[in-house]
Amino acid sequence: MNQLLSVAVDGVIYSAWLFIAALGLTLIYGVMKIVNVTHGSFYAIGAYAAASITAAWLARGYPPMLSYAVLVIAAILVAAPFAILIERAILRPLYSRDEVVILLVTYALFLILEDVVKLVWGVNPYFIAEPYALLGSFQVAGMAYPTYNLILVAVALFFGLGLAWLLHSTRAGKLLLAVIHDPEVSRAMGINVGRYYLATFALGSLLAALAGAFTAPTVSVVPGLGVEVIVLSFAVVVIGGLGSLPGAAVGAVMVGLVRSLSVHYMPQVELFVIYFVMAAVLAVRPRGLFSLAEPRKI
Amino acid sequence: MTFMNRLAAALAVAAAAATGAVAQNVKIGIVAFISGPAAAPFGVPAKNAADFVIDELNAGRGPAPYDKKGFGGATLETVVVDEAGSTTTQVTEFRNLVQRHNVDLVIGYISSGNCLAIAPVAEELKKFTNFFDCGTPRIFEDASYKYVFRTSPTATMDSVGAALYVKDAKPGIRSIAGLNQNYAWGQDSWGDFELAMKVLVPNLEVKTSQMPKLFAGQYNAEISALLGAKADVIHSSFWDGDLEALILQGGPRGLMKSSMTILTTGETAMHKLGAQIPDGTVLGARGPFGPYAPSNAYNKWFSSGFEKRFSAPPNYASYQMAQAILGVKLAWEKAQAAAGGKRPSNEQVGAALENMTFEGPGGTVRMAIGKGHQAIMETAYGTTRLANGKVTLVNVKRYPAEKVNPPEGVKSSDWIKSGFKQGN
Repeated sequence: MNQLLSVAVDGVIYSAWLFIAALGLTLIYGVMKIVNVTHGSFYAIGAYAAASITAAWLARGYPPMLSYAVLVIAAILVAAPFAILIERAILRPLYSRDEVVILLVTYALFLILEDVVKLVWGVNPYFIAEPYALLGSFQVAGMAYPTYNLILVAVALFFGLGLAWLLHSTRAGKLLLAVIHDPEVSRAMGINVGRYYLATFALGSLLAALAGAFTAPTVSVVPGLGVEVIVLSFAVVVIGGLGSLPGAAVGAVMVGLVRSLSVHYMPQVELFVIYFVMAAVLAVRPRGLFSLAEPRKI
Repeated sequence: MTFMNRLAAALAVAAAAATGAVAQNVKIGIVAFISGPAAAPFGVPAKNAADFVIDELNAGRGPAPYDKKGFGGATLETVVVDEAGSTTTQVTEFRNLVQRHNVDLVIGYISSGNCLAIAPVAEELKKFTNFFDCGTPRIFEDASYKYVFRTSPTATMDSVGAALYVKDAKPGIRSIAGLNQNYAWGQDSWGDFELAMKVLVPNLEVKTSQMPKLFAGQYNAEISALLGAKADVIHSSFWDGDLEALILQGGPRGLMKSSMTILTTGETAMHKLGAQIPDGTVLGARGPFGPYAPSNAYNKWFSSGFEKRFSAPPNYASYQMAQAILGVKLAWEKAQAAAGGKRPSNEQVGAALENMTFEGPGGTVRMAIGKGHQAIMETAYGTTRLANGKVTLVNVKRYPAEKVNPPEGVKSSDWIKSGFKQGN
């Protein structure tokens, strides 16, 4: 019983992290139909910005409790200019091109940004362990878990519900849904589609940067950090259906729980199990669990 | 003679002088991770060590017998190659080093996969190559080479040393668990450790062996599984960001307190994480390097000079690179002396290095196995204790080379299974 409880807690924590990491990827695809490989770069930039600026904050003896706010602000301030620059200067002229061309461009940008990160932050690792241990720990099934993990779960819920509210309960969200449904008609109806694309790309990229920022206290921030996350995020959004918000949530929970089960009961298949789930889902529903039928355009 | 003729003659003399000077130099290909996740813990410290040692040797500032300028009086120059990328890329880069850059010899390689791929190519191109860091024992156990050497010990030494240490430190040990990366290094390290422990402790129980993907980063579930397993000892050969993430995530959850945890490459995290490493964690340095290095003249010269130049202490990868260059220097000069002072060939340098014994910053290196091409050394492990905010190592135990390395001609796994028998 204790082990099952432990499986559930580990699964939920991992799912929360995965959902935060994958949310921006599915948002950008949902609105812009771009498989954005630079998502991994923004994750890394967020982690580096958060780790370096928060470390400086703590080194100067400022209040440690405010370090959580510093994590968030640092990631947003550093990642936002990159996001705006990339959308305006590089992606915007390519929107009329094939999706595959844009995918390749984002991959090229990913490689360039990997080197930019090394130029700015070097190759030595950055650590900020304090925020992870600052809130103490809680006990489940006789095991200690840092309370920071609850923050991850809360952030995942906040981001998911907040984005759902933004899309379905605000005027801007409803206009964005119109853009998703048909950009050309939306433009004809007077919606500034370009502005919505910019806002979506910036928001999606900032979500990736925030995912990196919230991960930074639990890991060593090193070059290559964004590579692993882009692969996992892609698996999650493919399982849920590219562009689907509930799909990303369900995909993250499925992957988190299945991985946790395998780690506890059959560790030898842990490496394979995530991709097995993805393959099984795609075998039954080739466009993912929550994909919607696309309207046929004549 | 007209002005133009004088100018042409002067240019010809200058060109000849320049050509002569180049011919005097020894061009060394240095290969290490300059980018990617292995750059910070291994590649960059190793390249820094190469820069330091080569500059010191060129200036004739090495301690005796390394005090002769360069290699036998010839100035050393380097061509540095980034080890990042696929194995295929590395094979291409190796061919470039040999065929385009015309290097005299190659010193490099951290990844075991790269070493396994490069060894037959070095042999094909007849290029003297010294592997300075990679750990797999399979290189000289599965094949025989004339031009390939390794002046650092294999991963077998790390795993057997770890097993001996935990048996000494925890005589009543009944169970073990593992957390290792799911690729050659992690699997070989765990395989040797598990085998050695089963030889040392009959009826040993293996509670769990966790093998997450390399650079997975998030280990909460694995840590829970290890905490739930309640093994007496946890073994991990994690390195780089994975090692640091394990310490950062496992420390606050009491992992290192609940079970004796041995981190075979833990030394690389010691200077970076400091107080984050919980008391009682056992750290290895892949040999007598870093905090386990002997207090000899070579170590004093190397560690103080390195720290002064790079404002950071050398880690084990730095030590391995330093001793790789020093070993080749001695072999070069021995071969040069045997050739009557003439520049030695690759074959002559190789013959000189075979079965050689030399001293370095990590102590005595003996090219004793792999038909004289593979080094053995003593090894050491110790347990962390925080003192005045700094991590120190206590209960340090050293194990002689013969106790942690197989004898000549015996495969590592067979040697462990035999109960660590030396000779017939």
